[in-house]
Amino acid sequence: MATSDVATAGAGAAWCDRCGEPAGVGEHVACRAARELEPPRYCAHCRRRMKVQVLPVGWSAVCVAHGEIRG
Amino acid sequence: MPEILDQARSQVLENGVGLDEAGVLAVLNLPDEHLPAALQLAHDVRMRWCGPEVEVEGIVSLKTGGCPEDCHFCSQSGLFTSPVRSVWLDIPSLVEAAKQTAKTGATEFCIVAAVRGPDARLMKQMREGVAAIKAEVDIQVAASLGMLTQEQVDELVDMGVHRYNHNLETCKSYFPNVVTTHSWEERWETLRMVRESGMEVCCGGILGLGETVEQRAEFAAQLAELDPHEVPLNFLNPRPGTPLGDRPVVEGKDALRAIAAFRLAMPRTILRYAGGREITLGDLGTRDGLLGGINAVIVGNYLTTLGRPATDDLKLLDDLKMPVKALSATL
Ligand code: SF4
Ligand SMILES: [Zn+2]
Ligand SMILES: [Zn+2]
Repeated sequence: MATSDVATAGAGAAWCDRCGEPAGVGEHVACRAARELEPPRYCAHCRRRMKVQVLPVGWSAVCVAHGEIRG
Repeated sequence: MPEILDQARSQVLENGVGLDEAGVLAVLNLPDEHLPAALQLAHDVRMRWCGPEVEVEGIVSLKTGGCPEDCHFCSQSGLFTSPVRSVWLDIPSLVEAAKQTAKTGATEFCIVAAVRGPDARLMKQMREGVAAIKAEVDIQVAASLGMLTQEQVDELVDMGVHRYNHNLETCKSYFPNVVTTHSWEERWETLRMVRESGMEVCCGGILGLGETVEQRAEFAAQLAELDPHEVPLNFLNPRPGTPLGDRPVVEGKDALRAIAAFRLAMPRTILRYAGGREITLGDLGTRDGLLGGINAVIVGNYLTTLGRPATDDLKLLDDLKMPVKALSATL
């Protein structure tokens, strides 16, 4: 289970966690900027849409295959 | 000084009578060089008729996503290809969210659900959740659960929900361009029942949906007619996958003009910064709005997007010497 945030299109991430497209294709500059004020929506490992709960402080996102991450 | 600001000075500042639709439109059309004067006047109106205090609120989504309605700005509609998935918050997490909110000094905690209106499951969750919060946290509970029946209104009053949010979103003439699964009048009917129940009415909307400046003025006049206790003002944050996902964001100066105009239409209402301000106004603009008619903020995160840290907003209020409204003052 992952315990830390997987950076958008960061090292080792296969998929962009904002738009769900391949992390290695394109720069995802707009996605990275948007992620400052958004939680991730796609699992960076498998591209599944995650169940995301935003709380007044922080958020959590769950992928059925790769577990929960928090930010 | 433009004539409309002279008129507003005597009518709104001195006599507390809000501008009508034509007056609001004149403010929305003011050239940039008169914007500082409009903001200053709106600030004076707020100080005179509301006072220096700022009401701080936190919000949380009890049921996210999967909504059957088609509000074109909303990432929680189940009818669009938005990446937001349906999820329910459990009661311990709800209470924890209320605690986090209370820690900021907020007096308001609003529980929101992405639904057309509540079903039995949601009402049960609300009853348990509100009771659990009231047992553990010193904060007033508000709710936003879509369109209500009279029985549901009565139940919420019975639970101790003190304020109900139901946004008209935009003016009557533009609404069918934004929502087709229910009508503006249906929303108005819920607001009427809420008002009659004795709960405080919270009703605002979103600017930047494609409405004209004239329709913005129409919206301000319709809100003024409703006379809500609170008006949350959102600026469109275009969400991927929604029909309005490619719309441009509102220009900062237009947002500030709208803040001043809405304040001059509604001198006594709680005018709250809600979603989208971080993108439309940034830090500097946020400050300008608080000195231009805004007297309430949502702190922390929103329902599906993130806000700036509550501490940043609280520091700004401190810098501006605007006290945070205390719980005792609202009870
Ligand atoms: S009713 Fe509310 S949650 Fe549902 S689509 Fe409209 S704005 Fe979104
Ligand atoms: Zn991307
Ligand atoms: Zn995964």
